[in-house]
Amino acid sequence: VKVALEIIEGLALDGQQAFSLAELEAMSGLTLDELQLLVECQALFPLAQVEAAADQEPAQPRFSAQCLVLARIAARLRKDFDLDANATMVTLQLLKRIQDLENEVLALRAQLPSRVQ
Amino acid sequence: MVRLACAAGTALMKYKDYYQTLGVERSASAADIKKAYRKLAHKYHPDISKLANAKEKFQEIGEAYETLKDPEKRAAYDELGSDFHAGQDFRPPPDWGAAHGEQYAAFDDMDLADLFASLSGGRHRAHAGRGHSGHFPIPGQDYEIAADITLEQAAGGTEFEVNLAVPEPGDDGYMRRVPRKFKARIAKGASEGQRLRLPGKGGKGLNGGRDGDLYLIIHLLPHRLFRASGHDLYIDLPLTPWEAALGATVQVPTLHGAVHLKVPAGTRSGQKLRLAKRGLPNPREGIGDLYAIAQIVLPAELSEHERKLLQQMAQGSTYDPRKHFREMAA
Repeated sequence: VKVALEIIEGLALDGQQAFSLAELEAMSGLTLDELQLLVECQALFPLAQVEAAADQEPAQPRFSAQCLVLARIAARLRKDFDLDANATMVTLQLLKRIQDLENEVLALRAQLPSRVQ
Repeated sequence: MVRLACAAGTALMKYKDYYQTLGVERSASAADIKKAYRKLAHKYHPDISKLANAKEKFQEIGEAYETLKDPEKRAAYDELGSDFHAGQDFRPPPDWGAAHGEQYAAFDDMDLADLFASLSGGRHRAHAGRGHSGHFPIPGQDYEIAADITLEQAAGGTEFEVNLAVPEPGDDGYMRRVPRKFKARIAKGASEGQRLRLPGKGGKGLNGGRDGDLYLIIHLLPHRLFRASGHDLYIDLPLTPWEAALGATVQVPTLHGAVHLKVPAGTRSGQKLRLAKRGLPNPREGIGDLYAIAQIVLPAELSEHERKLLQQMAQGSTYDPRKHFREMAA
């Protein structure tokens, strides 16, 4: 008897999702301090937020899904290479630059006639 | 410590030579082992390496290092003996687990990694037993796997079959790999490199720790005709010189059937002709575009008639595409 497999809905990590620092901490494996450092050195950018009214508490910063992807990479690098926070930050920034360049190369390559590639 | 009445010695498994994996002698110092691990990790770390087998290699290296970096585990590993070669079937000696402060539960598809994980699992339990609460939560491991899908599947959405073997604690509290099979729904509009999170589908958490997540990394398989860039698609559009010069209406394939494209007169090679909303669906911004890139091509062999027509054109035309060469030289 063929049993139908359970179907799980995947949550796309795209621009529509946003996470708090606490959620990033729970999902990335980095500590709050490490995440703060990545924010301070602008390896992670909080999303732009509506300014709170004078009598309201300022809203907690939210981060895009791309930040979760980067934070997870940072956690792996830190663990696997035994890196300190600063080395993790520098490595992450360089990796991000490489990734941006690779994306640009891929986009340009898609526009080249296939015989030229 | 709880001792389990286990079937020690019955588990047949493949021997893995952790020293060979790291490329060090059995007598290597802890510093040499660390150095060898780092060197290999630089080469095979999946976040850095572009090698096709990087993930598997790094997993092997990580498994070897996880055991050899820990003096207790290394001693236990050494005690298994050095007479085996990698891949050889072997059984741990009787009472081997008990000799290292823990007995292990033997199960059919156990491998060396499970065996050593059961040793550290025992340590976790022993440590937890000393605490006030008796247990501390250990989150389950997250997993990342590649999901190779076609452009057609990305355009229309698909279900991707996931086959995993993740460590889970059995009723006896010992970790073992449990096969999991399910389908993950990938909504239409997935793009290259996109990640899908399946919360709780990673490794099981222990002592109330949250279950790990599973991440699918979308990889679009190469297509015979289309190349994807984000949600836009590109296709080569071969045109004859006369179609490019005079203009034409040509049939162009799209992911949802062929359409007619009007090629304007005077189209140059490399020119991009946009077919709006014929690319991949973008969940946020509608639908990507399809770009047909004009490529002016000649027949591999000219018929006598074609040759004559071209010769006529060559004699009758005053067009000079290299006029600017002469202007520069003058």
